[in-house]
Amino acid sequence: MARALDYVKRAIPYIVLVVITSPIVLMYIMLFVASFSRTVYGLVPDRITLSNWNFLLTGYIVVPGTGELGRYPNVYLVTFNTFLLALTVATLEVVISSLAAYAISRYSFRGRNAFLSLTLILHSFPSITLLIAIFYILKSIGLFDTLLGVILVKVALELPLGIWIMKGFYDGIPWDMEMSALVDGCTRLEAWWKVIMPNVKGGIASTMIFAFLSGWAEYIFILTFIVSEQNWTLSRLVAAMIGDWRFVDYGQLAAVSFYYMIPVVVFFLFFQKYLLRMTIASKGPL
Amino acid sequence: MIHRLKRLRIPYLYIFIMPAVLLIAIFFLAPVILTLFISFTNMDYMLRWEWAGLLNYYKMMRDRWAGLILRNTIFYVIATLACFNVGMALVISLLTTHIHDKAGAAFRAAWLLPRITPSTVYIVVWNWALAEYPYGLFNWILRNLGSDLTLRKFTMQPVHPWLPLPWVWVWVILVNGFIGASFGMIIFTAAIKAIPIDYINAAKVDGASTLQTIRYVILPMIRWPILFVTAYQTLSLLTSYEQILLFTDGGPGYATEVWALYSFHKAFAEYAGAFEFAYGAALAVVLVIIGLIASVAYYKVFRFRELMMESKIEVT
Repeated sequence: MARALDYVKRAIPYIVLVVITSPIVLMYIMLFVASFSRTVYGLVPDRITLSNWNFLLTGYIVVPGTGELGRYPNVYLVTFNTFLLALTVATLEVVISSLAAYAISRYSFRGRNAFLSLTLILHSFPSITLLIAIFYILKSIGLFDTLLGVILVKVALELPLGIWIMKGFYDGIPWDMEMSALVDGCTRLEAWWKVIMPNVKGGIASTMIFAFLSGWAEYIFILTFIVSEQNWTLSRLVAAMIGDWRFVDYGQLAAVSFYYMIPVVVFFLFFQKYLLRMTIASKGPL
Repeated sequence: MIHRLKRLRIPYLYIFIMPAVLLIAIFFLAPVILTLFISFTNMDYMLRWEWAGLLNYYKMMRDRWAGLILRNTIFYVIATLACFNVGMALVISLLTTHIHDKAGAAFRAAWLLPRITPSTVYIVVWNWALAEYPYGLFNWILRNLGSDLTLRKFTMQPVHPWLPLPWVWVWVILVNGFIGASFGMIIFTAAIKAIPIDYINAAKVDGASTLQTIRYVILPMIRWPILFVTAYQTLSLLTSYEQILLFTDGGPGYATEVWALYSFHKAFAEYAGAFEFAYGAALAVVLVIIGLIASVAYYKVFRFRELMMESKIEVT
């Protein structure tokens, strides 16, 4: 009797966790099932089909009943844009923030503390407060409606965080290491690249993965600063499909959504350690 | 040797720091200052500078929607924070640290999924889950469980006679809360795992039940992280609008419009009367002021500087 009670007691946390976590898990399962079925009732498909994934062959998502007129930009172009955006943001952010963080960690110069405090204060400014002014700036310098504009804005807004993260990693490396490199005749730049960088791989990986996913998912900047369809990214494509009253093909919507999720799922399965680390440091939407 | 190093110091320093300084100056610092200036003008889509003084701020006071939107914002922040960003986060981290380690990590991983899902896909999934029977997941489950309750997304119908909360608000809070909970979850889990096991064993030896241990040992020991998450996430929620924009777009009417979203709508919405950049900027300045006060508070109270340097801690 006492043992049975003990089992029940031990099961309680599991039961509660399953109940509160199931909406998330079931919703993602539903999306997956729906992308391979003609119609889905809850979690049960009425017929399994691959036709939702036709857009991978033709390259185009056509709005049902509109023929060739109502179609969205080429899926591969949109995917390429998304990839380009995410990869460039990640690369620039890692390179620029690790350079700057190295200077902050290793040099003492006038304005160092001012710069550090400034990045800290800026980090608390949410993007909504800056959108209008950034719109103005992009228009003024001719980068409105270009992916480059969005990339630069995104990198700039995430730099303060990246700098602080990388600085933390540099601070943990003993100064003697690069001193010996300098004595051996390396320049500062060489010492940074050959001696220090290999020792902060963990920080680089975290920053890179976080920046990539953040760029991959970016929606607001694309919505606000991009007009031309040939500069769309996948987030904008999915948003257009949700908002389009003509759109009734839910199977296709599920397939495109799942297609968009693939890199996210890959990172989720294989790089969770880094994701957890960055979630704490990130400002994030919420 | 030393002499040569000193001579070369300045140019290298510039190589290291200039790209960051330039980018931050142009796309981050300048916008902060510009927002303030734009809020004192009449700027619209033509981007002309016409000085208007405090006109936009007067307009804000007389705005017939401002009161409702302010109430919405306060309600949204408090409800989501209490139920999810702190409440649910505490529940998950307490439960997952009281079960088998691997199982706990798996549950926490599942809660991380909404945060890394692109917002557009996340909203597709929610819209779908809330679709009507037999397509929508939630209604399908309810019907299969024998319930005659039908869930709808856009309805102002109250949840219960005793709880006059419109259903649409329940969904908005859930949509944001499922993302928001993971932040606190990670911090609380790390804090709970850092409690020396001796304290918990001592409580058990003294005959404390699990609930008593949580109440009298664990919670007091993680009150500092709880306070931090509360303060930090208040600001995050206050300025979040992306999910609401995609999910309800503030509707029906202005029922779920929050302050940040209103600023976005005034500046960028596609319907008539939009592109009021100056008014949108003025609305954003209010958020900036709150953000500044909050960040000064973090700096003083939480020693944010030290916190940010602890990024090497592994939390798994």
